[in-house]
Amino acid sequence: MVVEQIIFIIISIITLGGGFGVAVTRNLYYAALYLIMALAGMAGFFVLLGAGFLAAVQVVIYIGAIAVLILFTIMLSRRLMTATEPQANAQWWLGGIVATLLFVVLVAVVTRVDWPIAEAEPAADTIVQLGVSFLGSYLIPFEVVSILLLVALVGGVILAREVDKE
Amino acid sequence: MSSVPLSWWLVVATGLFCLGLYVVLSRKSAIAILMGLELLLNAVNINLVAFWRYSTPQEIGGQIFAIFVIVIAAAEAAVALAIIIAAYRQRQTIEVEDFDTMQY
Repeated sequence: MVVEQIIFIIISIITLGGGFGVAVTRNLYYAALYLIMALAGMAGFFVLLGAGFLAAVQVVIYIGAIAVLILFTIMLSRRLMTATEPQANAQWWLGGIVATLLFVVLVAVVTRVDWPIAEAEPAADTIVQLGVSFLGSYLIPFEVVSILLLVALVGGVILAREVDKE
Repeated sequence: MSSVPLSWWLVVATGLFCLGLYVVLSRKSAIAILMGLELLLNAVNINLVAFWRYSTPQEIGGQIFAIFVIVIAAAEAAVALAIIIAAYRQRQTIEVEDFDTMQY
């Protein structure tokens, strides 16, 4: 086996193990930590695929902002940090059947299709390409997404503020 | 060429997607459902970047799509957590089964 395949298998064990931990654990705080493990594995995947900037973005935004925000919210609903009653609702077996069925069907499809593989290598300066595209052909989505972030920021502050009871 | 075939990447992405789907379908806590949603979005990102790398490595569109997915997931997670905090203040619970009336 080539070294790259071994690294791929190790990182996929980390990522899928983190996802499995989120699914199985009873403690909500541990589930958030398993999520961080899965997100870190994802950053490893991006490095393996040659998307270094995306790996840095993944670590900074997903782990550094989203996962930390989730941890803050868990700590703000404080009773739930110690609760260990079963976290699965009454239809968990149905969810398991649906997820397994979907997995089997998708894997059967995905391994049988003859995907068009390009023999070219990616350019050495993908960051330059990203910068040029964001201000060039993808300018409008870029501006729209910044307005979306502004709306989410203002909306989040308004939704979560303390309401003074008169 | 890379020694890891494309189908391996797609199988891992499918596995992560189905794990996220199971978390969304079968957990009681709203925050846990949000975590499953993040797993779903990450599985989609693996797919996007893997197809970028193997099918169109000269164009940057796949990575841009993945960056937009990450940004929109961040905005959506912020708003969802704000809603969860507000709902927790009202009802003192975040189990989605307990939010069963439209009027408190």
